[in-house]
Amino acid sequence: MMADQIKVAYWPGCVSRGFTPELHGSMAIVAQKLGIELVELDRANCCGAGVIAEHNQELADTLNARTFALAQQTGLSMMNICSTCQGAQSECQQRLDADSAYRAHVNEALSGQGLAYEKDKNGFTNKNFLWLLVEDYGLDRLREQVVRPLNGLRVGPFYGCYIVRPKERLGYGEFPDRDIYLEKVIEALGGQVVEYDGARKCCGFPVVTMARETSLRQAGTHVGDAIDAGADCLVTPCPLCHLNLDMQQPEAAKIVNRDLGLAVLHLPQLVALALGAEPKELGMNKHVASTGWVEERLTAGAPA
Amino acid sequence: MAEYTIKVRRFQPESGEGPYWEEFNVDLEPSLAVLDGLLQAKDNEDGSLAVRCSCRAAICGSCGMKINGQSGLGCKTQIGEAQELANKVASAAGAKVDNAPIVIEPMGNMPVIKDLITDMESTHWTKIRRVTPWLLPHGEPPEREYVVEPESMIDITQSMACIQCGACVSSCLSMEADPDFIGPAALAKAYRFVGDPRDAETHERLHDLADDPHGIYDCTHCFSCIDACPKGVAPMDQIMRLRRKAGEEGIEDPNAGHAHEVAFVKIIEKKGTLDEAMLVQESYAPGIKGKLKPSKRGIRETIKSLPTILRPLRKRKVKLRQAIPGTHHKLPGDAMDDVKAIYAHAEEHNEEFNLYIKGEEGELVDENVEKGIERSTDPDTAEAK
Repeated sequence: MMADQIKVAYWPGCVSRGFTPELHGSMAIVAQKLGIELVELDRANCCGAGVIAEHNQELADTLNARTFALAQQTGLSMMNICSTCQGAQSECQQRLDADSAYRAHVNEALSGQGLAYEKDKNGFTNKNFLWLLVEDYGLDRLREQVVRPLNGLRVGPFYGCYIVRPKERLGYGEFPDRDIYLEKVIEALGGQVVEYDGARKCCGFPVVTMARETSLRQAGTHVGDAIDAGADCLVTPCPLCHLNLDMQQPEAAKIVNRDLGLAVLHLPQLVALALGAEPKELGMNKHVASTGWVEERLTAGAPA
Repeated sequence: MAEYTIKVRRFQPESGEGPYWEEFNVDLEPSLAVLDGLLQAKDNEDGSLAVRCSCRAAICGSCGMKINGQSGLGCKTQIGEAQELANKVASAAGAKVDNAPIVIEPMGNMPVIKDLITDMESTHWTKIRRVTPWLLPHGEPPEREYVVEPESMIDITQSMACIQCGACVSSCLSMEADPDFIGPAALAKAYRFVGDPRDAETHERLHDLADDPHGIYDCTHCFSCIDACPKGVAPMDQIMRLRRKAGEEGIEDPNAGHAHEVAFVKIIEKKGTLDEAMLVQESYAPGIKGKLKPSKRGIRETIKSLPTILRPLRKRKVKLRQAIPGTHHKLPGDAMDDVKAIYAHAEEHNEEFNLYIKGEEGELVDENVEKGIERSTDPDTAEAK
């Protein structure tokens, strides 16, 4: 991929067009500002989020093979904006890539529509926006694009399990720093990284309907720890984490029995803010936990 | 030889003081283990430093600990690698650091007895016993050994590799939030018997694990145990297998975990992408439209979830239409045809590939795949002969 003209087959996922629509809009804005061309895979299907794999692994593998095949039809590598899509798709890709007989079997199901997933075709990769930003776009180049430095805004990273574990599946052999990229991006944008216990822990979302208290205790604990560490906001590359950390935050506060009220930004929102976008066009006014304090900090600190 | 600083979280109950940090400087080859570093500190600096160990070869499972926050075995983690990780963590948010202290703590989710020694009994072993970790065979034992098809045992070989070190328990993020969670080690052990063709109580075991609100549907799918396990047991994968088998047995659990899974699978079959409102409704009150008789839990949970959906509606984050189950759009017609063909293909042949096999093309894979590929999921054919 040429460093100066990035064009990707873009899989936005279900949630960015569902309960976190502000994420989808923010990605479009930030892509335009960075000069990343997005070819949206609007006919692709749900990744299964690990739940379909729990039911039938082959079904999940085949559904994602279809998405990869659609991306490969464009001749481009793929980008997603959801840690959960990344993890679920990487798991399927790992199984498909490990075994040509299995791959042929899965491709049988796609053949009716003339689709096929081919291992390593044109160096095919599937990367979350976070990985693409650091590995292909480059932090130095990102730094040059910053027009409104975050001015020491204190940001706590929150990765989402599916993008940090298992290491062996997620390319950490080749890219060992993938679990510190958020810190690097926050710093490149002029923010200050807040260290707290929850950055690589679980938001609890996968069990929110099954074990509500376990789930919201996790979300509430991490948000509380970040507040105690002095965070102005959290940032996450995962919209499912965003649902538990932001949309459920008032409920999580009841479970952990303390006041919360911490803004949680999607990664494209944080990047777009530093590139000059306005909070409103990024849909920040739609979050459940108010982002007012973040906006105040940014305008108060803006250079004259 | 290289010098390392190890920073150990220490605690002596007899002192009456709380835990504290102490640093030791040790000198050893980078390829030696963190445990070797600890033993050197114990020999040279403080004989009272307490650490449990025996085989020093990742077999006995005694030296579980947290190294730079990661749960694992002290004897299996090279001190040079631990140094690299410590440096990486220390320099994540700023200038590069070359000799950050290697942070060593006792395992998590367990009471600490002294220094790095935890009480395995109160959490780990109690939970292991909870799952009836022995074979409950059919009828009288045979005169000689049980005879089973080798293929029928492939399914449980991974869970049999457990050495009971507790690293997965230490790393478990569900247990952090819910100490009553049965947990990764015990559930992996449960699968070792659920998947065993000689065991006669498969259905009862699955019922027991699904009925417990702190059982298989309390796992938050965070992959921590997979990375912590020094023996490749992948406890979370075993928990997902337990869920799959419980589902196949038609077991309805009080957490509505199975209902959630079924709803998810059906929604994607029908629409291609996720109808979130429908998933929420079906997870709390499955079939509410058809039966008009949701469970008490369903009603209770639906009421509890109302504020969560009202807030984003008020903020116009979510449109009213999106909040109504069933109104989510479908993918275009021919894309839906693809999805339907995929469902038909994956479900029709009723065979499960051996998806345990991991590795690059050509490595160790082929022979096993050929064997595993024909393995039926029908429990009857896996019955002991």
